[in-house]
Amino acid sequence: MSTLASEPGMVAAVAATPPRRDWDAFTTADADGRRRLMLAVEGITCAACMGDIERGLGRLDGVASARVNLANRRVAVVYDPATVDPDAILARMEALHYPARPFDPTGIARPSETSRRLLRCLGVSGFGAMNVMLLSVSVWSGNVTDITPETRDFFHWMSALVAIPCVAYAAAPFYESAIAAIRRRAVNMDVPITIGVTLAMGLSLVNTLTHAHEAFFDSALMLLFFLLLGRFLDENMRRRTAVEAETLAVLRADSAVRVEPDGGLVEVPVSRVRPGDRVLVRPGEKVPVDGRVETGASELDTSLVTGETVPARVGAGDMVHAGTVNGFGSLTVTVTAAADGTLVAEIERLIGEAESAKSAHLRLADKAARLYAPVVHSAAALTFVGWMIAGLPWNDSLVIAIAVLIITCPCALALAIPAVQVVAAGRLFRNGVLLNAGDAIERLAAVDTIVFDKTGTLTTPEPTLVGPDAVDADVLRRAAAVALASRHPLARALAKAGGAVKPAEQVTEHPGEGVEAMVEGRTARLGSLDFCAVSQVRRLMEQSLNPTASFIAYREGAAEPVVFALAQTLKADAKATVAALRKLGCAIEILSGDRAEAVAEVARVLHVDEWIAEATPASKIARLNALKAAGRTVLMVGDGLNDAPSLAAAPVSLSPVSGAHLAQSAADAVFLGERLAPVRVALEVARAARRLMTENLWIAVVYNAIAVPVAVAGHVTPLVAALAMSGSSLIVTVNALRLRRVARPAAPARPAPAAEACPVPATIRETAR
Amino acid sequence: MSILVYLVPIALSLGLLGLAGFLWSLRTNQYEDLDGAAWRAIQDDDL
Repeated sequence: MSTLASEPGMVAAVAATPPRRDWDAFTTADADGRRRLMLAVEGITCAACMGDIERGLGRLDGVASARVNLANRRVAVVYDPATVDPDAILARMEALHYPARPFDPTGIARPSETSRRLLRCLGVSGFGAMNVMLLSVSVWSGNVTDITPETRDFFHWMSALVAIPCVAYAAAPFYESAIAAIRRRAVNMDVPITIGVTLAMGLSLVNTLTHAHEAFFDSALMLLFFLLLGRFLDENMRRRTAVEAETLAVLRADSAVRVEPDGGLVEVPVSRVRPGDRVLVRPGEKVPVDGRVETGASELDTSLVTGETVPARVGAGDMVHAGTVNGFGSLTVTVTAAADGTLVAEIERLIGEAESAKSAHLRLADKAARLYAPVVHSAAALTFVGWMIAGLPWNDSLVIAIAVLIITCPCALALAIPAVQVVAAGRLFRNGVLLNAGDAIERLAAVDTIVFDKTGTLTTPEPTLVGPDAVDADVLRRAAAVALASRHPLARALAKAGGAVKPAEQVTEHPGEGVEAMVEGRTARLGSLDFCAVSQVRRLMEQSLNPTASFIAYREGAAEPVVFALAQTLKADAKATVAALRKLGCAIEILSGDRAEAVAEVARVLHVDEWIAEATPASKIARLNALKAAGRTVLMVGDGLNDAPSLAAAPVSLSPVSGAHLAQSAADAVFLGERLAPVRVALEVARAARRLMTENLWIAVVYNAIAVPVAVAGHVTPLVAALAMSGSSLIVTVNALRLRRVARPAAPARPAPAAEACPVPATIRETAR
Repeated sequence: MSILVYLVPIALSLGLLGLAGFLWSLRTNQYEDLDGAAWRAIQDDDL
């Protein structure tokens, strides 16, 4: 390990004062010169937490309001910057045992405008459908009793008065989508919907003008109401996952410590860092940006970037990548833009290629629409021609033809798939799988081959102690106490392994080397093998014993140093999950950027025959393409920056929440937690969902097979249309709900499991759920 | 039945009132946190 020291001044600054946060960058202006701060909070689970936080922050002078959003675990604080320092707000949150992190306001997605618009349309169409239905029922009952033609006309005119503006407003999303599709010379589900609604309205208006007995205003509005309901639920589910993903991203702390020209340190959101800025990376921190090391030397854990588990040395002039984890030394990094030739530029180029090359997956719903539209429209045309030949006047024939269009109006068909999607996405959410892409469920269902990345996906992202039983427990306990005083990732892992709670005293940091401290009256050192004077022979021996491990040494006074080997271990349920996936009929492969010995070991334990080590991003894509050429549908599961291109290239992909940012945004879904089981759950839910989607489509086909002949025969009245439409919608929705039986989460799978810490009786929590 | 000429528009305007109420509640962000609102009602703020 390197013995180069960092700038002494820099180290003093690190030790003395934590960096000041640039609060203007984290907050937005509010009324009366106040500022608004959005916090992501860990551990909000119930109403008691909400009360604690709101009361606790409210007592702070200068806090104008604090409001907890229980649904998305965020707190909005409005404060007066003249009276209270935002750091005090964070300190108060810490004291309340709800550690919080500020949102970068530039990154927060505004409350989805689509979802609000759909809700407004839903309200309008609901109002219209209910009121017009009341008038329609009066007309229907009047038609079989003694309604006067004047009253009927009056009712029809009132219906038109309500229905025309309501349809004009509520159908706008469908019209826009249908027009866009036609411009692309394609047909989607919105095209038949639009035609159906337009014709129903037109026919009803003509009927009203000609004093006919029947009008279809209620059908058009009801159809819109049902469809908007499905669409709103779909959108809402997607938004919920997006919000959850955003909160998780903030809790993972994407901020950087910028070195100001005057030497001061300021913590800023990563989005505010510009090329040319200097950024300080302290020991144990994640490198926030890509750049070139200016001063300092350290070792970097690059497993998240390359999959390589043995730390890499860096010194002045070396390139470092966002997502790598710093070791013992402090680094000052000059931020570079993603220049050509760097790893990140190469990865971004590959992602771009992969995404444009990815053959557009045809959604099941669009496939159905492509079959549906020509069949129904030609059936309507034939009906018209047929009745004309049979001798009916042209306007009566047209009425029957339009009735065919209305009754087949794709209510069941358009709800069949969204209904299943909403239930499936909800199931996945409760099992800790957040979907990025709406049609990922359909693609997941077709998977027959699963390719895993090794580091961070099959193995834990943090290293753990190899063979803890072989180490003297007392030594381990003392070493852990010293380790607790250090921020080095290996030291942290050691502290965890030793179960230390109280750090050692009189700690002195030796940047780039390790820490020295007093523990139980003895001077002890923890750090690199050089720092603890481990002999060359011993070093080689340890390395041959554990070729994939990283080492940290501990020495008490002049005693013989103890070497701890830390390596990434398989996730607890990796073996069981891989076996279960194989039982589901999937072939398993491992593609890793790590060295062959490390990959071979994992492959042996998991009984995986197909594995490739030392894979580059490009060779990973090549392997995926080879599998695709062999006719396989591949699910790629990976977390590293080097996996991002293959995640984008694979037909469907998953990424763990510990993964690199770029990998997560390239994947179709993200799963939470330290376990691998969500991969299996995702596959099971997707397959069940796919089955139900097909089932629902068949239900819709059967419904049409019954309804169309009735309509062609000319027996469809508005009453029949209303009953058939709501009946078929109900059936497909109830069928979709059967998915709730699949993959019930074993435990409440809310991402923040801190329920025990809540001072609320279990019964109340139960009802809250 | 000429009373309908008054009653139907009255009924419709009552419906419109309901719609206006819904749009107002939407605009004032009352659907942002459905879980929290239920608990807020029984919070003892004077403790």
